[in-house]
Amino acid sequence: MTAPLPGYSDLQEAVAAAPAVSAVGGRTHWEVGGPPPGGAEVVEVSAPAGVVTFDPDDLTVTVNAGTTCADLAAVLAEHGQECALDPRDPAATVGGVLATGLSGHRRLRWGPLRDRVLEVRFVTADGRLVKGGGPTVKNVSGFDLPRLLVGSLGTLGVIARTTLRCQPLPAASVWCTSALDPFAVRAAVLRPACIRFDGATTHVLLEGETADVAAELAAISGTECAKPAWPDAAHRGRISVPPAELRVLLDRLDAFRTTGVEWAAEMGVGTVHVAAGTADALITARDAAEAVGGWLLREHGAPGVDGFGIPLPNLALIRRIAEAFDPTGKCAPGRLPFAAESVHVV
Amino acid sequence: MRVAAQHDRSFVVRGSGTGLAGGATPLGDPLVIVTTQMNRVLGVDADQRVAWVEPGVLNLDLSREVAHLGLHFAPDPSSQQACTIGGNVGTNAGGPHCLSSGVTSTHVLAVECVLGDGSVAQLGGLEPDVPGYDLRGCFVGSEGTMGIATRIAVRLTPNPPVVRTLLLDFLSIEDAAATVSGIIAAGIVPAALEMMDAEITRAVEDFVGAGYPRDAAAVLLCELDGLADGVAHQVREVERVGKEHGARTVRVAADEAERALLWKGRKSAFGAIARIAPDYYLHDAVVPRTKLVDVLRQVYAIAAEQQLTMMNVFHAGDGNLHPLIVFDAREAGIWERVERAGDEILAACVAAGGVLSGEHGIGIEKRDAMPLIFSPDDLDAQARLRDAFDPSGRANPQKVLPRGSRCGELPRVPEGTWI
Repeated sequence: MTAPLPGYSDLQEAVAAAPAVSAVGGRTHWEVGGPPPGGAEVVEVSAPAGVVTFDPDDLTVTVNAGTTCADLAAVLAEHGQECALDPRDPAATVGGVLATGLSGHRRLRWGPLRDRVLEVRFVTADGRLVKGGGPTVKNVSGFDLPRLLVGSLGTLGVIARTTLRCQPLPAASVWCTSALDPFAVRAAVLRPACIRFDGATTHVLLEGETADVAAELAAISGTECAKPAWPDAAHRGRISVPPAELRVLLDRLDAFRTTGVEWAAEMGVGTVHVAAGTADALITARDAAEAVGGWLLREHGAPGVDGFGIPLPNLALIRRIAEAFDPTGKCAPGRLPFAAESVHVV
Repeated sequence: MRVAAQHDRSFVVRGSGTGLAGGATPLGDPLVIVTTQMNRVLGVDADQRVAWVEPGVLNLDLSREVAHLGLHFAPDPSSQQACTIGGNVGTNAGGPHCLSSGVTSTHVLAVECVLGDGSVAQLGGLEPDVPGYDLRGCFVGSEGTMGIATRIAVRLTPNPPVVRTLLLDFLSIEDAAATVSGIIAAGIVPAALEMMDAEITRAVEDFVGAGYPRDAAAVLLCELDGLADGVAHQVREVERVGKEHGARTVRVAADEAERALLWKGRKSAFGAIARIAPDYYLHDAVVPRTKLVDVLRQVYAIAAEQQLTMMNVFHAGDGNLHPLIVFDAREAGIWERVERAGDEILAACVAAGGVLSGEHGIGIEKRDAMPLIFSPDDLDAQARLRDAFDPSGRANPQKVLPRGSRCGELPRVPEGTWI
């Protein structure tokens, strides 16, 4: 079990030798958070691709981090399974999704991205291949390095391979619009996959046994529809706010609609996807989020705009962890704001 | 905690003391901080399905307190009447219903904690994401080595409108295990899927009288929940799969009383064995579901070789084995055999691609087995994480990680030695 794992030595050597490294996957999450590391000294590295092992009976899959989510989904679907990673762009790699930590739109039903991750193998700044977690669906052996790595934006090392939890594909999966108050839908449905409200229309994703989906469709006076698109524009971000604050926040965001801010909220979760024609408009949405105790993560565009807007909570602790894994700060430099001060516009 | 820091004393946090891996057992001379008096439910938001609780709130008490809202706290370890939520956070506790609903970490949104230096931090939050690392995720399951939880925000789960519990009995363990795989292959992830072998089934039936077939080689307890039509469909599917794999009978609990009785059988397993022998050693390891039968065979062989009574009652759905060695500690030399069998079981699970613990934790019990599944570099990374949380090393020392985990760590000089 603890013998060296072949297949990753090139990646290990590249990371160890580089003065600074940036892990590259599909570049679909390239601008999430802090600015992507640049400069002559930064060496771009990539994890290998491909499914390592998949035994459908175990409901787990082990996959190299460079595998695209689309490729993984195709392999799982052959056996009637899926892994609820749900990136906006299926060209995203598994490693990229894990590193950025962005949960997909079915979080209300399946929980956050981090709950999918059972084991991670990553290359540390000094080129060691380190394993955290374990390959079984249940495991409390040792500290939870997989959860630490999800959303670490490459600052703790380069994710090389992971074991993920899978699930059977639902018998039925239906998007619908509902005439109900978007705040009332959750109580009317047992396990909705997503409740999406954009200020005008409430879209609901129902998944499960065919008869149940039909019953719940009726319970919320739903009308089947096509899968709705998420807001898209030159500048994008996602707000994270306690769901109890959504009512106030959405009223405020609605007032900005004339300024070209489009948004769609995941009700019951507290994620609001925001797209704006200008970086300034995105900052307006950020201000609204911060006013109700939330924050906005820059996802795309908005050059020069701070990735987070607020200082990292528990910064001293986060710094100690980062320094413990990467003493010289060579992994994804600048991607997380380790400095005490964080400002709106750099 | 500040006083402990001033006096450079290590400390151990303890809830009800139901942990099985010794995580809350003081080693050396630490300050023991007991949380059982911190037992208030601080607030419940029924709309958002969140409760803030103090760490000493008992697991089942929280579910009882929110039952009138149609909600419950999903993790349900066998000790749920006695164990604290703080302890659940410490061990990342599981339970039968974690098959579909996930272990404790899935249900903890935020933890307010006191770190080793006496400072207070909130890890995680009610918002879905917090900038920076998932410190909450690191803390849950850290067995008290990263600080002490003082307030915990937990997710509450709506009670499903329909619950059906089935008892399937088999003439071989292989058939029961094949049924488990068949259910998953049919696209069904039950709320719970438990297996009991012949020995424990008889012991439980003699104790509870739940109507378990005394001559079965194995029984499966399968719970399905959700909406009426979907559950009815899944009940038919499980019956079909069970019959296909040789189930003699498939009994569907007719009402809540019968359902409670079936579960009472499962949950009384550890009480039932007291009728057989005064002591037991309960193991906890996980193997890939596909390796269940193979590993069980090895477990029985180990028991035979060591001339021990071995019973198995476990979470079959997620491959979480709980071999139970039943013995009388007064018998000369038996401890050595019990320990040897335990080591061999663990080795068999690891060889099958399994892990050391599914829900009980590492504590002291399995600390020195960690190198079975982790390389020195893996352990070094875990030690770095722990040290970052608690640079002083005073939070529950000598637990989880074997001594020398930190690469380059010098062997400590025994206390009192002149150098």
